[in-house]
Amino acid sequence: MKLGYFPGCSQTGTAIEYDISLKKVVDKLGTSLDEIKDWSCCGATSAHVTNHKLANALAMRNIALAGEQGLDELVAPCAACYNRLVVSQHDTLSRKETKEEIESIIEAKIDKEIKVMNLIELFRKIGYDKITAGKVKDLKNLSVACYYGCLLVRPAGITKFDDPEQPESMEELVKLTGAKTVDWNYKIECCGAGHSLSRRDIVLDLSHKIIEDAKKHGADVMVVACPMCHTNLDMRQRAMKREYPEHNDFPVLYLTELIGLALGMSEKELGIDKHYINYKYKEPAEVKAAV
Amino acid sequence: MSSHVHNHAHTVADEIAEKTFQDVSICYQCGKCSAGCPVRYYMDVAPNKVVRLIQLGFYEEALNSSTPWLCAGCQTCSTRCPQEFDLAKFMDAVREIALEKGVEVKEKHIMDFHKAFLDQIKWFGKSYEVGLTADYKARTLDLLTDVDSAPGLFFKGKLNILPHKIKDKESVRKIFKKTAKK
Repeated sequence: MKLGYFPGCSQTGTAIEYDISLKKVVDKLGTSLDEIKDWSCCGATSAHVTNHKLANALAMRNIALAGEQGLDELVAPCAACYNRLVVSQHDTLSRKETKEEIESIIEAKIDKEIKVMNLIELFRKIGYDKITAGKVKDLKNLSVACYYGCLLVRPAGITKFDDPEQPESMEELVKLTGAKTVDWNYKIECCGAGHSLSRRDIVLDLSHKIIEDAKKHGADVMVVACPMCHTNLDMRQRAMKREYPEHNDFPVLYLTELIGLALGMSEKELGIDKHYINYKYKEPAEVKAAV
Repeated sequence: MSSHVHNHAHTVADEIAEKTFQDVSICYQCGKCSAGCPVRYYMDVAPNKVVRLIQLGFYEEALNSSTPWLCAGCQTCSTRCPQEFDLAKFMDAVREIALEKGVEVKEKHIMDFHKAFLDQIKWFGKSYEVGLTADYKARTLDLLTDVDSAPGLFFKGKLNILPHKIKDKESVRKIFKKTAKK
């Protein structure tokens, strides 16, 4: 099975471990990813908040490239890229005039609609049975808070993928690893997203509340599927500690890393050592000894 | 506060309708959007009130508020609106119109970030984090915040000293040129 891959800019820098773990896990499950040749930035937040035509054109350049490459579907593991690609494609293709205008801006024809998948849809496509079959380590010792953030499930009318208020699809996937999932309140609350550099105070406030709620409900780790969420929730914990002195380190993993652990890969292999907050899975016996 | 009544003129409400394909008058002000907004506490005008200002023709007040800039685009409001009014898209349009009209931006740092980010894409086709941070800091002169994160990122192999460039940079530059505001 060959699937298109739109990595997104973060996967080449601050979220390099997301790229590493995704490729290793997908490979282990017997699928290969076909990267879109010469892909460019989807425009991210900065384009759509300032210029809607620029935003749609930047996203659609990549959709057109995927079409030229003969792809029918692609995965965008970054929730923000996923959201931009899905929404831009919807907005462009739902009106003839918009489609023609965008085609003239990008100087390419958009021949077909490409099915854009987020990370969870990718695993659905690969098949949950493959994860169960490939599992060598049961993570039964772990309580996980599944964090969707805002863009993975929205806008629900276009993504048509999970309930935008009470999503459950990530829990379903995490349970395949043997881990338990916790019920908590902040799984779809925003982390502050693109304000990470320009209004760090807001990001620290929102991200701190998210982590506190996960802890309060008994989670040992949080699992995410977005590089922006990961930056705000992992890298920002040092600044969080200065702002909220009672704050204790809390590990935040990419969903691909958690699945990778269950498939028998090591923390180092999956790039978990690149996080700001260290994490190592402890076997049940080790936990008992520590208590 | 001064109301601007335009009977036949092309109003801001019309411009919003053209950009978003939705009519601002469908909002009946239940306030659900503002109740669920994660950044409401930082805004000077509640999101539903920005809609109300536009409905009533108080365009200047709406365009001058900090609200569209602080909106994180999380779409909680759009998800919950009983009228299915896409408020996040509305905020995008309000911001875009404020820029087109040259309104002074209330949250200057946020706009500086967007300019710096888009510059990287225009030059390289992809976001380049070192360039983005340098560009943003040069614009804001906020030199010290986050300097502590940089060495960590570098040693973890996450900070690329040189940008990843796409091959066909011209195609992206053309997109910027063709969509540039007059």
